[in-house]
Amino acid sequence: MTTETAPTGTAPFDEPWQAQLFALTVALSEAGHFSWPAWTEAFGAVLKDHGAARPLDGQGDYWNAWLVTLEHLLDGSGWAARDEAEQVRALWEDAYLSTPHGKPVRIAG
Amino acid sequence: MPHDHHDHPHSLLPSDPALRVKALETILTRKGLVDPAALDAILETYEKKVGPHLGARVVARAWSDPAFMAALRQDSTAAIATLGISGRQGEHVVAVENTPETHNMVVCTLCSCYPWPLLGIPPAWYKSDAYRARAVREPRKVLAEFGVTLPEGQKVRVWDSTAEVRYLVIPMRPEGTEGLDEAQLAALVSRDSMIGTGLAGAPA
Repeated sequence: MTTETAPTGTAPFDEPWQAQLFALTVALSEAGHFSWPAWTEAFGAVLKDHGAARPLDGQGDYWNAWLVTLEHLLDGSGWAARDEAEQVRALWEDAYLSTPHGKPVRIAG
Repeated sequence: MPHDHHDHPHSLLPSDPALRVKALETILTRKGLVDPAALDAILETYEKKVGPHLGARVVARAWSDPAFMAALRQDSTAAIATLGISGRQGEHVVAVENTPETHNMVVCTLCSCYPWPLLGIPPAWYKSDAYRARAVREPRKVLAEFGVTLPEGQKVRVWDSTAEVRYLVIPMRPEGTEGLDEAQLAALVSRDSMIGTGLAGAPA
């Protein structure tokens, strides 16, 4: 990888969570938790499934399918079981709703 | 009602997917399955460093250096690595060269495999069902929508990317570029020309 910086142009992600999701998935794969071919196979299946009803755009639909794939993989492996993921999501939601504007939002643990 | 306080008494609630991603990140970092520093490094790379300017360097070098072009034909991944560009996942890059006889075009019919180290994150249209379904079925029609009309006799070859093999199109060098140096040549090489949905630009 070179150290030069990309010229400013089109942003690679539409929303910060898409970038976070992408990084999380790549990091898991790079840490050896799943191979990239295994990822693309699982992702391809979800895209196919979601695309059965209507053609998917390459933006919101695409990243939604990506998120569903990762949640499914992590639920299956037990690294982030569905119940646990829902609980932690609820903790974050409560934290955002109860933290005064401008203060850092944190959850316990 | 006094209006001398904030309109938002609490922090703005992120979207549902944003909260779900946050939840996964929290769980995975707590369990030590991902390293926050590794996440930051990946974000930095894909948001700021990689992009089509890197692929354009490869194309410009291929146009100006016949030895590099020969090396690229033989083993693209190794030739590209000599420019200091390599994939994080050890994926194999294959450079496919446009000629007057054949125009190359790249798709991923499975999902969105793409030569990240050379072109960055793919554009929305590359990830759309419309492109993924139609690129193989009716490439000339798709090319026409990108404003590309090929001569009658030029065949279109469509390459389907996989997790293991990613393709980089080497567009044809535009005419009238004999005196240009590599940086000037690289400026003529658009992202789309390296996916095959565009042609290299003419010098200004």
